[in-house]
Amino acid sequence: MRTVRVIPCLDVDDGRVVKGVRFTDLFDAGDPVELAARYDAQGADELVFLDITASSDNRRTMVDVVARTAEQVFIPFTVGGGVRAVDDGRRLLRAGADKVGVNTAAVDRPGLIADLADEFGSQCVVVAVDARRRLGPEGSPPAWEVFTHGGRTATGLDALVWAERCAALGAGELLVTSMDRDGTRDGFDLELTRQIAGRCQVPLVASGGVGELDHLVEGALEGAADAVLAASIFHLGEFTIAEAKAHLAAAGVAVRPA
Amino acid sequence: MIAVLDYGIGNLRSAEKALQKVGADARLVDDPALAAGADGIVLPGVGSFGPCARALESSGLAEVARDAVARGLPFLGICVGFQLLYEGSEEDPSASGLGIFPGVVRRLPVGVKHPQMQWNVLDITQSNLLVGVPDPAWVYFVHSFAPEQTSDTTATCDYGGPVVASAERGPVWGTQFHPEKSGTVGLGILSNFVAAVDAASGRTPSSVGA
Repeated sequence: MRTVRVIPCLDVDDGRVVKGVRFTDLFDAGDPVELAARYDAQGADELVFLDITASSDNRRTMVDVVARTAEQVFIPFTVGGGVRAVDDGRRLLRAGADKVGVNTAAVDRPGLIADLADEFGSQCVVVAVDARRRLGPEGSPPAWEVFTHGGRTATGLDALVWAERCAALGAGELLVTSMDRDGTRDGFDLELTRQIAGRCQVPLVASGGVGELDHLVEGALEGAADAVLAASIFHLGEFTIAEAKAHLAAAGVAVRPA
Repeated sequence: MIAVLDYGIGNLRSAEKALQKVGADARLVDDPALAAGADGIVLPGVGSFGPCARALESSGLAEVARDAVARGLPFLGICVGFQLLYEGSEEDPSASGLGIFPGVVRRLPVGVKHPQMQWNVLDITQSNLLVGVPDPAWVYFVHSFAPEQTSDTTATCDYGGPVVASAERGPVWGTQFHPEKSGTVGLGILSNFVAAVDAASGRTPSSVGA
Protein backbone atom coordinates (compact mmCIF):
# COMPACT_ATOMS: atom_id res chain seq x y z
CA MET A 1 0.00 0.00 0.00
CA ARG A 2 1.19 3.45 -0.89
CA THR A 3 0.13 6.17 1.51
CA VAL A 4 0.65 9.85 0.85
CA ARG A 5 2.23 11.93 3.60
CA VAL A 6 1.03 15.38 4.62
CA ILE A 7 3.92 17.61 5.69
CA PRO A 8 3.68 21.09 7.16
CA CYS A 9 6.76 23.15 6.32
CA LEU A 10 8.23 25.57 8.81
CA ASP A 11 10.50 28.23 7.32
CA VAL A 12 12.65 29.33 10.24
CA ASP A 13 14.42 32.70 10.42
CA ASP A 14 16.43 33.44 13.57
CA GLY A 15 14.40 31.01 15.68
CA ARG A 16 10.95 32.08 14.42
CA VAL A 17 8.65 30.56 11.80
CA VAL A 18 8.11 32.92 8.88
CA LYS A 19 6.33 32.65 5.57
CA GLY A 20 6.76 34.56 2.35
CA VAL A 21 5.36 34.93 -1.13
CA ARG A 22 7.61 33.82 -4.00
CA PHE A 23 10.47 33.51 -1.47
CA THR A 24 10.17 37.14 -0.24
CA ASP A 25 7.86 39.40 1.85
CA LEU A 26 8.16 37.42 5.09
CA PHE A 27 5.74 37.52 7.99
CA ASP A 28 6.01 35.97 11.46
CA ALA A 29 4.03 32.76 12.04
CA GLY A 30 5.15 31.68 15.51
CA ASP A 31 7.49 29.55 17.59
CA PRO A 32 8.82 26.53 15.66
CA VAL A 33 8.83 24.06 18.55
CA GLU A 34 5.29 25.04 19.57
CA LEU A 35 4.06 24.74 15.99
CA ALA A 36 5.82 21.41 15.50
CA ALA A 37 4.16 19.94 18.57
CA ARG A 38 0.79 21.24 17.44
CA TYR A 39 1.14 19.69 14.00
CA ASP A 40 2.27 16.39 15.52
CA ALA A 41 -0.84 16.38 17.73
CA GLN A 42 -3.00 17.16 14.68
CA GLY A 43 -1.66 14.10 12.85
CA ALA A 44 1.09 15.47 10.60
CA ASP A 45 3.09 12.62 9.05
CA GLU A 46 6.39 14.47 9.06
CA LEU A 47 7.74 17.96 9.52
CA VAL A 48 10.16 19.98 7.46
CA PHE A 49 12.18 22.84 8.91
CA LEU A 50 13.95 25.10 6.45
CA ASP A 51 16.49 27.45 7.95
CA ILE A 52 16.20 30.40 5.61
CA THR A 53 18.91 32.56 7.15
CA ALA A 54 22.59 32.45 6.46
CA SER A 55 24.51 33.76 9.46
CA SER A 56 26.40 31.35 11.67
CA ASP A 57 24.72 32.68 14.83
CA ASN A 58 21.37 31.69 13.43
CA ARG A 59 22.74 28.25 12.56
CA ARG A 60 23.37 27.68 16.25
CA THR A 61 19.84 28.87 16.97
CA MET A 62 18.59 26.26 14.49
CA VAL A 63 20.48 23.42 16.19
CA ASP A 64 18.83 24.50 19.43
CA VAL A 65 15.38 24.50 17.77
CA VAL A 66 16.06 21.00 16.45
CA ALA A 67 17.16 19.71 19.85
CA ARG A 68 14.11 21.18 21.59
CA THR A 69 11.80 19.76 18.93
CA ALA A 70 13.33 16.29 19.32
CA GLU A 71 12.47 16.38 23.02
CA GLN A 72 8.76 16.42 22.33
CA VAL A 73 8.01 15.46 18.75
CA PHE A 74 8.07 11.74 17.90
CA ILE A 75 7.45 11.85 14.17
CA PRO A 76 10.16 12.20 11.52
CA PHE A 77 11.51 15.61 10.69
CA THR A 78 13.81 17.02 8.05
CA VAL A 79 16.02 20.04 8.55
CA GLY A 80 17.45 21.94 5.62
CA GLY A 81 19.20 25.20 4.98
CA GLY A 82 22.88 25.99 5.24
CA VAL A 83 24.08 22.39 5.08
CA ARG A 84 27.39 22.72 3.26
CA ALA A 85 29.41 19.78 4.54
CA VAL A 86 29.04 16.36 6.11
CA ASP A 87 29.76 17.92 9.51
CA ASP A 88 26.78 20.29 9.17
CA GLY A 89 24.59 17.26 8.54
CA ARG A 90 26.06 15.41 11.49
CA ARG A 91 25.37 18.35 13.82
CA LEU A 92 21.68 18.42 12.83
CA LEU A 93 21.26 14.63 12.98
CA ARG A 94 22.93 14.45 16.38
CA ALA A 95 20.63 17.22 17.61
CA GLY A 96 17.69 14.99 16.66
CA ALA A 97 16.85 15.57 12.98
CA ASP A 98 16.00 12.44 10.98
CA LYS A 99 16.93 13.78 7.56
CA VAL A 100 18.94 16.70 6.29
CA GLY A 101 18.03 18.79 3.28
CA VAL A 102 20.60 20.23 0.89
CA ASN A 103 20.24 22.54 -2.06
CA THR A 104 22.83 25.24 -2.78
CA ALA A 105 25.87 23.30 -1.59
CA ALA A 106 24.81 20.24 -3.58
CA VAL A 107 24.60 22.28 -6.77
CA ASP A 108 28.04 23.77 -6.05
CA ARG A 109 29.48 20.34 -5.28
CA PRO A 110 27.23 17.40 -6.26
CA GLY A 111 29.64 15.01 -4.52
CA LEU A 112 28.21 16.28 -1.23
CA ILE A 113 25.06 14.22 -1.90
CA ALA A 114 27.13 11.04 -2.20
CA ASP A 115 29.23 11.98 0.83
CA LEU A 116 26.12 12.48 2.98
CA ALA A 117 24.56 9.24 1.70
CA ASP A 118 27.75 7.28 2.38
CA GLU A 119 28.03 8.69 5.87
CA PHE A 120 24.42 8.59 7.05
CA GLY A 121 22.54 6.50 4.48
CA SER A 122 20.37 7.68 1.60
CA GLN A 123 17.28 7.76 3.80
CA CYS A 124 18.81 10.75 5.62
CA VAL A 125 19.47 12.79 2.49
CA VAL A 126 16.80 15.05 1.02
CA VAL A 127 17.75 17.20 -1.94
CA ALA A 128 15.63 20.33 -2.26
CA VAL A 129 15.12 21.34 -5.87
CA ASP A 130 13.85 24.90 -6.28
CA ALA A 131 12.73 25.26 -9.88
CA ARG A 132 11.31 28.00 -12.06
CA ARG A 133 9.75 27.57 -15.51
CA ARG A 134 11.87 28.54 -18.47
CA LEU A 135 10.32 30.37 -21.35
CA GLY A 136 11.18 28.42 -24.48
CA PRO A 137 10.19 28.97 -28.10
CA GLU A 138 6.52 28.39 -28.73
CA GLY A 139 5.64 24.70 -28.96
CA SER A 140 8.77 23.56 -27.15
CA PRO A 141 8.35 21.09 -24.27
CA PRO A 142 8.19 22.65 -20.80
CA ALA A 143 11.46 23.13 -18.98
CA TRP A 144 12.48 24.34 -15.56
CA GLU A 145 15.68 25.87 -14.23
CA VAL A 146 17.20 25.13 -10.81
CA PHE A 147 17.75 28.07 -8.46
CA THR A 148 19.88 28.22 -5.32
CA HIS A 149 20.51 30.61 -2.43
CA GLY A 150 16.86 30.70 -1.43
CA GLY A 151 15.77 31.35 -4.99
CA ARG A 152 18.15 34.23 -5.66
CA THR A 153 20.66 32.54 -7.93
CA ALA A 154 19.96 31.01 -11.33
CA THR A 155 22.16 27.99 -12.03
CA GLY A 156 21.44 27.22 -15.67
CA LEU A 157 20.75 23.62 -14.63
CA ASP A 158 17.76 21.82 -16.08
CA ALA A 159 15.60 20.70 -13.14
CA LEU A 160 14.68 17.31 -14.65
CA VAL A 161 18.29 16.44 -15.42
CA TRP A 162 19.43 17.67 -12.02
CA ALA A 163 16.75 15.68 -10.17
CA GLU A 164 17.82 12.49 -11.92
CA ARG A 165 21.44 13.17 -11.07
CA CYS A 166 20.57 13.75 -7.40
CA ALA A 167 18.78 10.41 -7.19
CA ALA A 168 21.71 8.67 -8.87
CA LEU A 169 24.14 10.27 -6.41
CA GLY A 170 22.24 8.86 -3.45
CA ALA A 171 19.45 11.28 -2.54
CA GLY A 172 16.79 9.38 -0.61
CA GLU A 173 14.06 11.90 -1.34
CA LEU A 174 13.47 14.97 -3.50
CA LEU A 175 11.70 18.06 -2.19
CA VAL A 176 10.53 19.80 -5.34
CA THR A 177 9.43 23.41 -4.96
CA SER A 178 7.93 25.43 -7.76
CA MET A 179 9.21 28.97 -7.30
CA ASP A 180 6.55 30.22 -9.69
CA ARG A 181 3.86 28.91 -7.38
CA ASP A 182 5.43 29.36 -3.94
CA GLY A 183 3.11 31.45 -1.77
CA THR A 184 0.69 32.16 -4.65
CA ARG A 185 -2.02 29.73 -3.48
CA ASP A 186 -2.55 28.68 -7.11
CA GLY A 187 -1.66 25.02 -6.49
CA PHE A 188 1.42 22.92 -7.22
CA ASP A 189 3.17 22.99 -10.59
CA LEU A 190 1.80 19.51 -11.35
CA GLU A 191 3.66 19.08 -14.59
CA LEU A 192 6.97 19.71 -12.83
CA THR A 193 6.35 17.14 -10.09
CA ARG A 194 4.90 14.58 -12.51
CA GLN A 195 7.88 14.85 -14.84
CA ILE A 196 10.39 14.43 -12.01
CA ALA A 197 8.41 11.58 -10.40
CA GLY A 198 8.40 9.83 -13.78
CA ARG A 199 12.17 9.98 -14.03
CA CYS A 200 13.25 9.28 -10.46
CA GLN A 201 12.52 6.20 -8.37
CA VAL A 202 12.98 7.97 -5.01
CA PRO A 203 10.06 9.50 -3.10
CA LEU A 204 9.04 12.98 -4.14
CA VAL A 205 7.63 15.74 -1.92
CA ALA A 206 5.62 18.34 -3.83
CA SER A 207 5.95 21.89 -2.55
CA GLY A 208 4.92 25.42 -3.43
CA GLY A 209 1.53 26.96 -4.07
CA VAL A 210 -1.03 25.18 -1.90
CA GLY A 211 -3.98 27.47 -1.22
CA GLU A 212 -6.83 25.01 -0.82
CA LEU A 213 -7.26 21.35 0.05
CA ASP A 214 -8.02 20.28 -3.53
CA HIS A 215 -4.45 21.27 -4.38
CA LEU A 216 -3.20 18.52 -2.07
CA VAL A 217 -5.37 15.98 -3.90
CA GLU A 218 -4.07 17.19 -7.27
CA GLY A 219 -0.48 16.87 -6.05
CA ALA A 220 -1.00 13.29 -4.98
CA LEU A 221 -3.04 12.18 -8.02
CA GLU A 222 -2.01 14.30 -11.03
CA GLY A 223 1.36 15.38 -9.62
CA ALA A 224 2.35 11.78 -8.68
CA ALA A 225 3.81 13.06 -5.40
CA ASP A 226 4.51 10.71 -2.48
CA ALA A 227 4.09 13.55 -0.04
CA VAL A 228 2.44 16.96 -0.16
CA LEU A 229 3.93 19.92 1.65
CA ALA A 230 2.21 23.15 2.61
CA ALA A 231 2.84 26.07 4.92
CA SER A 232 0.46 29.04 4.88
CA ILE A 233 -2.82 27.10 4.91
CA PHE A 234 -1.72 25.43 8.13
CA HIS A 235 0.15 28.31 9.78
CA LEU A 236 -2.71 30.74 9.24
CA GLY A 237 -5.12 28.28 10.80
CA GLU A 238 -7.26 28.01 7.67
CA PHE A 239 -7.13 24.24 7.73
CA THR A 240 -5.97 21.67 10.24
CA ILE A 241 -3.88 18.65 9.26
CA ALA A 242 -6.88 16.50 10.11
CA GLU A 243 -9.08 18.41 7.65
CA ALA A 244 -6.41 18.04 4.96
CA LYS A 245 -6.23 14.29 5.51
CA ALA A 246 -9.99 13.84 5.59
CA HIS A 247 -10.17 15.71 2.27
CA LEU A 248 -7.47 13.52 0.70
CA ALA A 249 -9.13 10.34 1.96
CA ALA A 250 -12.52 11.44 0.61
CA ALA A 251 -10.87 11.92 -2.79
CA GLY A 252 -9.52 8.37 -2.72
CA VAL A 253 -5.93 9.13 -1.67
CA ALA A 254 -4.65 6.67 0.98
CA VAL A 255 -3.43 8.55 4.04
CA ARG A 256 -2.74 7.74 7.65
CA PRO A 257 -5.87 9.04 9.39
CA ALA A 258 -5.19 11.93 11.76
CA MET B 1 19.19 1.01 32.81
CA ILE B 2 18.48 0.45 29.12
CA ALA B 3 21.57 0.78 26.95
CA VAL B 4 20.97 2.20 23.48
CA LEU B 5 24.04 0.90 21.69
CA ASP B 6 25.92 3.81 20.13
CA TYR B 7 28.27 2.43 17.51
CA GLY B 8 28.63 5.73 15.70
CA ILE B 9 26.01 5.36 12.98
CA GLY B 10 23.42 8.05 12.21
CA ASN B 11 20.78 9.54 14.48
CA LEU B 12 20.52 7.33 17.55
CA ARG B 13 19.33 10.19 19.70
CA SER B 14 15.67 9.77 18.80
CA ALA B 15 15.53 6.21 20.18
CA GLU B 16 17.04 7.40 23.45
CA LYS B 17 14.64 10.38 23.69
CA ALA B 18 11.56 8.26 22.98
CA LEU B 19 12.53 5.66 25.60
CA GLN B 20 13.04 8.44 28.13
CA LYS B 21 9.65 9.85 27.18
CA VAL B 22 7.99 6.58 28.28
CA GLY B 23 9.84 6.64 31.58
CA ALA B 24 12.91 4.52 30.92
CA ASP B 25 16.38 5.21 32.25
CA ALA B 26 17.76 4.98 28.72
CA ARG B 27 21.25 6.07 27.75
CA LEU B 28 23.31 6.08 24.60
CA VAL B 29 26.25 3.84 25.46
CA ASP B 30 29.41 3.40 23.42
CA ASP B 31 31.47 1.71 26.14
CA PRO B 32 31.12 -2.11 26.02
CA ALA B 33 31.83 -2.43 29.76
CA LEU B 34 29.02 0.01 30.60
CA ALA B 35 26.61 -1.64 28.15
CA ALA B 36 27.33 -5.05 29.68
CA GLY B 37 25.74 -3.87 32.94
CA ALA B 38 22.42 -2.85 31.36
CA ASP B 39 19.04 -4.43 32.18
CA GLY B 40 17.92 -4.21 28.57
CA ILE B 41 19.50 -3.46 25.20
CA VAL B 42 18.25 -1.43 22.26
CA LEU B 43 20.12 -1.83 18.99
CA PRO B 44 19.16 1.00 16.63
CA GLY B 45 20.55 1.48 13.17
CA VAL B 46 20.07 3.54 10.04
CA GLY B 47 21.82 3.53 6.72
CA SER B 48 23.05 0.35 5.15
CA PHE B 49 23.67 -3.13 6.49
CA GLY B 50 27.39 -3.51 5.73
CA PRO B 51 28.72 -0.35 7.42
CA CYS B 52 26.40 -0.93 10.41
CA ALA B 53 27.51 -4.57 10.80
CA ARG B 54 31.18 -3.62 10.61
CA ALA B 55 30.80 -0.65 12.98
CA LEU B 56 28.98 -2.84 15.49
CA GLU B 57 31.79 -5.40 15.44
CA SER B 58 34.66 -2.92 15.58
CA SER B 59 33.04 -0.99 18.45
CA GLY B 60 33.06 -4.11 20.60
CA LEU B 61 29.30 -3.79 21.04
CA ALA B 62 28.47 -6.85 18.89
CA GLU B 63 29.92 -9.00 21.66
CA VAL B 64 27.79 -7.14 24.22
CA ALA B 65 24.71 -7.79 22.07
CA ARG B 66 25.43 -11.54 21.70
CA ASP B 67 26.14 -11.84 25.40
CA ALA B 68 22.94 -10.00 26.37
CA VAL B 69 20.88 -12.34 24.19
CA ALA B 70 22.67 -15.39 25.67
CA ARG B 71 21.80 -14.14 29.16
CA GLY B 72 18.14 -13.70 28.19
CA LEU B 73 18.02 -9.92 28.61
CA PRO B 74 15.18 -8.06 26.89
CA PHE B 75 16.56 -6.89 23.56
CA LEU B 76 15.06 -4.67 20.87
CA GLY B 77 16.51 -4.12 17.41
CA ILE B 78 15.16 -1.24 15.32
CA CYS B 79 15.35 -0.88 11.50
CA VAL B 80 18.90 -1.83 10.45
CA GLY B 81 19.41 -2.85 14.10
CA PHE B 82 16.58 -5.36 13.51
CA GLN B 83 18.17 -6.56 10.28
CA LEU B 84 21.47 -7.10 12.12
CA LEU B 85 19.74 -9.79 14.22
CA TYR B 86 19.62 -12.00 11.09
CA GLU B 87 22.44 -13.94 9.50
CA GLY B 88 23.14 -11.59 6.62
CA SER B 89 21.70 -9.28 3.97
CA GLU B 90 21.45 -9.13 0.20
CA GLU B 91 22.51 -5.51 0.60
CA ASP B 92 26.06 -6.57 1.47
CA PRO B 93 26.77 -10.30 1.25
CA SER B 94 30.30 -9.73 2.58
CA ALA B 95 28.96 -8.59 5.98
CA SER B 96 27.64 -10.91 8.69
CA GLY B 97 24.75 -10.22 11.01
CA LEU B 98 24.51 -11.45 14.59
CA GLY B 99 22.62 -14.59 13.51
CA ILE B 100 20.23 -14.49 16.45
CA PHE B 101 17.28 -14.94 14.07
CA PRO B 102 17.75 -17.49 11.30
CA GLY B 103 17.27 -16.12 7.81
CA VAL B 104 18.53 -13.27 5.69
CA VAL B 105 17.49 -9.74 4.79
CA ARG B 106 16.21 -9.23 1.27
CA ARG B 107 15.48 -6.34 -1.08
CA LEU B 108 11.89 -5.00 -1.07
CA PRO B 109 9.58 -6.30 -3.82
CA VAL B 110 9.93 -4.83 -7.31
CA GLY B 111 7.30 -2.47 -8.66
CA VAL B 112 7.28 -0.20 -5.61
CA LYS B 113 9.52 2.74 -4.78
CA HIS B 114 12.69 2.09 -2.82
CA PRO B 115 12.97 3.12 -0.07
CA GLN B 116 9.55 2.60 1.44
CA MET B 117 9.41 5.97 3.17
CA GLN B 118 5.94 6.30 4.64
CA TRP B 119 3.47 5.30 7.32
CA ASN B 120 1.92 1.87 6.87
CA VAL B 121 -0.46 -0.45 8.71
CA LEU B 122 0.71 -3.48 10.69
CA ASP B 123 -0.82 -6.87 10.01
CA ILE B 124 -0.10 -8.58 13.32
CA THR B 125 -0.20 -12.36 13.67
CA GLN B 126 0.80 -12.63 17.29
CA SER B 127 3.24 -10.57 19.30
CA ASN B 128 4.17 -9.89 22.90
CA LEU B 129 5.70 -6.56 21.90
CA LEU B 130 2.79 -5.18 19.91
CA VAL B 131 0.10 -5.75 22.54
CA GLY B 132 -2.37 -2.94 23.10
CA VAL B 133 -1.71 -1.12 19.82
CA PRO B 134 -4.77 0.35 18.12
CA ASP B 135 -6.32 -1.43 15.14
CA PRO B 136 -5.27 -0.37 12.58
CA ALA B 137 -1.78 0.39 13.93
CA TRP B 138 0.01 2.96 11.74
CA VAL B 139 3.79 3.06 12.04
CA TYR B 140 6.62 4.78 10.15
CA PHE B 141 8.95 2.89 7.80
CA VAL B 142 12.15 3.98 6.02
CA HIS B 143 13.92 1.06 4.36
CA SER B 144 14.82 -0.64 1.10
CA PHE B 145 15.44 -4.10 2.60
CA ALA B 146 13.58 -6.29 5.08
CA PRO B 147 14.12 -9.72 6.67
CA GLU B 148 12.55 -12.70 4.97
CA GLN B 149 9.41 -14.13 6.49
CA THR B 150 10.16 -16.92 8.99
CA SER B 151 8.50 -18.54 12.01
CA ASP B 152 9.88 -15.61 14.08
CA THR B 153 7.82 -13.08 12.10
CA THR B 154 5.11 -11.40 14.17
CA ALA B 155 3.80 -8.71 11.84
CA THR B 156 3.96 -7.64 8.23
CA CYS B 157 2.91 -4.63 6.22
CA ASP B 158 1.70 -4.51 2.63
CA TYR B 159 4.23 -2.90 0.28
CA GLY B 160 4.19 -4.59 -3.09
CA GLY B 161 3.36 -7.77 -1.14
CA PRO B 162 3.76 -8.74 2.50
CA VAL B 163 6.92 -7.21 4.00
CA VAL B 164 8.20 -8.26 7.43
CA ALA B 165 7.57 -5.49 9.97
CA SER B 166 8.52 -7.24 13.21
CA ALA B 167 9.77 -10.50 14.68
CA GLU B 168 10.44 -11.97 18.07
CA ARG B 169 12.02 -14.97 19.72
CA GLY B 170 11.69 -15.07 23.51
CA PRO B 171 12.83 -11.73 24.92
CA VAL B 172 14.47 -10.69 21.64
CA TRP B 173 12.31 -8.34 19.59
CA GLY B 174 12.86 -6.45 16.40
CA THR B 175 10.92 -3.90 14.37
CA GLN B 176 11.61 -2.90 10.78
CA PHE B 177 9.59 0.27 11.39
CA HIS B 178 10.72 3.07 13.70
CA PRO B 179 8.68 3.00 16.93
CA GLU B 180 10.57 6.10 18.11
CA LYS B 181 9.18 7.97 15.10
CA SER B 182 5.69 6.49 15.06
CA GLY B 183 3.94 8.97 17.34
CA THR B 184 1.78 7.66 20.17
CA VAL B 185 1.51 4.17 18.63
CA GLY B 186 5.28 3.86 18.64
CA LEU B 187 5.64 5.22 22.16
CA GLY B 188 3.14 2.56 23.31
CA ILE B 189 5.27 -0.17 21.73
CA LEU B 190 8.41 1.17 23.41
CA SER B 191 6.47 1.31 26.65
CA ASN B 192 5.78 -2.44 26.30
CA PHE B 193 9.51 -3.04 25.87
CA VAL B 194 10.34 -0.92 28.92
CA ALA B 195 7.77 -2.87 30.97
CA ALA B 196 9.43 -6.13 29.88
CA VAL B 197 12.82 -4.79 30.98
CA ASP B 198 11.41 -3.71 34.33
CA ALA B 199 9.74 -7.11 34.85
CA ALA B 200 12.90 -9.02 33.93
CA SER B 201 15.09 -6.95 36.23
CA GLY B 202 12.60 -7.34 39.09
CA ARG B 203 11.92 -3.65 39.45
CA THR B 204 8.59 -1.90 39.84
CA PRO B 205 7.33 -1.05 36.38
CA SER B 206 7.74 2.55 35.33
CA SER B 207 4.69 4.58 36.11
CA VAL B 208 5.29 7.20 33.45
CA GLY B 209 3.19 6.47 30.39
CA ALA B 210 3.29 7.74 26.83
